[in-house]
Amino acid sequence: MRFTLNGASTEVASHPMSRLMDVLREEHGLTGTKEGCGEGECGACTVLVNGKPVCSCLVPVAQVDGAEVMTIEGLGNDHPLQHLFMNEVGAQCGICTPGMIMAAITLGPQPTLDEIKTALAGNLCRCTGYSAIYRAVCKWKGMPLPEVMAHTAAD
Amino acid sequence: MAAVGSSVARKDGIGKATGGALYADDIVFPGMLFGRTIRSTIPRGRVKSIRLDFDTTGFTIVDYRDVPGKNAVALIAEDQPFLVEDEVRHMAEPIMLLAHADRERLNAANVVIDYEEETPLFDPELSDEVFKTIDIEKGDVTAALAGDDLVLVEGTYRTGHQEHIYIEPNGVIAVPEGAGVVIHGSMQCPFYVIKALRCLFGEHPPLRVIQTETGGGFGGKEEYPSMIAGHAALLAIKSGKPVKIIYDRVEDMVATTKRHPAIVKHRTAVTRDGRLVAMDIDVLLDGGAYITLSPTVLSRGCIHAAGPYRCDNIHIHGRAVFTNTPPNGAFRGFGAPQTEFAVEVHMERIAEALGLDPVEVRRKNALRPGDTTATGQTLRDDCSALMVLDEAVRRTDFLKKRDACKGTNRAMGLSLFYHGAGFTGGGERTLKSRARLELTPTGVRIATGSTEIGQGTRTMHAQIVTDALGIPYEDVTVAQPDTALVADSGPTVASRTCMVVGKILEECAHEMRGKLGALSPAEYYAQHGPLTVERMYEPPDWITWDDQTYRGDAYATFGWGCDVIELELDTDTYEVRPVKLTTVQEFGRPIHPALARGQIEGGTAQGLGYALLERVVMRNGAMANSTLTNYTIPTTLDMPVLDVVMMENPYPGGPFGAKGLGELPMDGPAPAVVNALRHLGLDVREIPATPELIALSGAA
Repeated sequence: MRFTLNGASTEVASHPMSRLMDVLREEHGLTGTKEGCGEGECGACTVLVNGKPVCSCLVPVAQVDGAEVMTIEGLGNDHPLQHLFMNEVGAQCGICTPGMIMAAITLGPQPTLDEIKTALAGNLCRCTGYSAIYRAVCKWKGMPLPEVMAHTAAD
Repeated sequence: MAAVGSSVARKDGIGKATGGALYADDIVFPGMLFGRTIRSTIPRGRVKSIRLDFDTTGFTIVDYRDVPGKNAVALIAEDQPFLVEDEVRHMAEPIMLLAHADRERLNAANVVIDYEEETPLFDPELSDEVFKTIDIEKGDVTAALAGDDLVLVEGTYRTGHQEHIYIEPNGVIAVPEGAGVVIHGSMQCPFYVIKALRCLFGEHPPLRVIQTETGGGFGGKEEYPSMIAGHAALLAIKSGKPVKIIYDRVEDMVATTKRHPAIVKHRTAVTRDGRLVAMDIDVLLDGGAYITLSPTVLSRGCIHAAGPYRCDNIHIHGRAVFTNTPPNGAFRGFGAPQTEFAVEVHMERIAEALGLDPVEVRRKNALRPGDTTATGQTLRDDCSALMVLDEAVRRTDFLKKRDACKGTNRAMGLSLFYHGAGFTGGGERTLKSRARLELTPTGVRIATGSTEIGQGTRTMHAQIVTDALGIPYEDVTVAQPDTALVADSGPTVASRTCMVVGKILEECAHEMRGKLGALSPAEYYAQHGPLTVERMYEPPDWITWDDQTYRGDAYATFGWGCDVIELELDTDTYEVRPVKLTTVQEFGRPIHPALARGQIEGGTAQGLGYALLERVVMRNGAMANSTLTNYTIPTTLDMPVLDVVMMENPYPGGPFGAKGLGELPMDGPAPAVVNALRHLGLDVREIPATPELIALSGAA
């Protein structure tokens, strides 16, 4: 099987029913993709397949044959949303953060708060209560938040 | 500019947002094996025989006979075995350990265990094996209850299990080193793990524990990592190879600790104008199959059971008892969310019984400076119950908006709560926590066992040292907790990491400044070489506490909070939709406002899950809904708008006036939600208030 991984063509010899998550983590050393539940509920393993967020724990690697796969590592180390997740404390323990960022990265140019919530509804965070995640995403998109939630790290 | 009080860049770096931060499961050692735990499938009985129904080639197999020291996870007591010898006391109890290089072969290995089954005990009210009893007595409750012209209000309140759902399940790697072993793992308390391993292996082999990046704790990684570390270490020493044990979500939910279910009974005498005269409170905690931390959970639960209220006559009787269920353990709040739920719903019912406004009843009875708590502790100027109550009522226009909801499917509810910071009573004195500051060529390094589990330990400690030492924030680094290299600053629990460990670090910094004179750390290092300052925690000298009578100063200080929730009830499905939650909290002074806000928002979310969603279904002594599909925690779509107000009332004994904060936000949401449901005419006295429970509840 051959697919594009973070922009580079790659060939894998794994069993076709191997979980995409395991192939990414164990064969490619891309451990930014996390396993939180193994059943597609928590979203910690979210990656993009052809630009759409999917739970890589549910995807057999055969299914991405010929597809474009992007993991958190594909964003590099200096994406503005990554900095905002840290600075606005949208990341606390950090285990959900890569998946959360991969889900958020697909948002359109001027998302409403409801659109942000819907886009992130499949990604569980147990630390933040989500408000700080909205603050990071809204700041990235230049969108205002409801006044009571709008505290930023500068306050 | 001062570092303390501003939301400076965090010491975590960018790794958590780039995927670069390494958690236990991300780490690989050469030649590493995978470990698996074979667990009991009955809740009570004896192991009759064990048969290995697989090709054992390449397997390392460990049972209780491989334990070199004592087969007990050392904590408060030494009653819980690492591996069952004969008696099974709960479902999913560890019996045997397997390790193999090939995970598929490991998972396919079939171990057949025959049992002699015994009748299990699941109902804590029927249990006569009592782990701990506590009685707190103030005044004369019996006489006061019999007083003239008083109204008696009674009630029973129930809270269920709660599962932590840190998004990173438990996991460790044990690596043989010399004659001993090094543990790398997800945990809150590396020195607890050392203590447990010393008991398991005896004093001889060198043992070292290093915390990896930890994907959430909430109490769930306080004591259980000692068990997993012991298992991995036994396999590593027997095989001579590194062994990784990572629980999957189901194993983590079925086998590890949860919040103690509670039954709390109140009998209260109150004057017709709403003054509390006598409170008789009975607290029953389901401890599960072993003692673990139940005595201290019970202690904190009982101490908070009368709520943030003044009353001259109080009797609190508490018991933590055995059942044949997996042991319950530490969870953010540590007994107080259970008992504060009960007293806050009870206060609402007292107001209803008297025909008085529940805000007015709370205001009349709220603790003020100079008042004494149930344990006889006289509160100081850092008591803020009235301040947070008044601000929450004012900010939400509570009285007007609550009344405007009448006749609709919308309602507002309120709760007033408090939480003691640090270990109880003389606990901090006994603990003798130490912290260390080390000069480096470029600045100073903090070396403590306090773990970063998302709450911001690294950053907040660095801020305190920065300002106390008067150096740039960038010159302070924080060592990863490694028991071979850092001072034992006590466990990362009990809302103590800022207030207690931060205080030791502040004093270390002052002492170091004295030694540096006018030099910067780098200048001093260049001229004189390394310098280390290590100090021990000294609790305030006015604290007195009697562990036998439960009289005295239970906590050096308390944080205070008031939650107001606005919610909607679907009158067809009985689903509750929280619309907005306003929380006003006073915790001394925020060191890092954005991190502090994160504790409040996250704790509030966890409290809302506890209130409405998170129901653990136990079937034959095991969690039946042990997946995230049917044990649901709040998602983005479940969370209301959060309005967080942080008020300040500095505590002189904390660093820069800070108190503890981590647990306080957990205490408020559940009673606020249930009190709102009462305003809709629903007599709910139990959480989680699922649609099924609400549908079956009577009229308030």
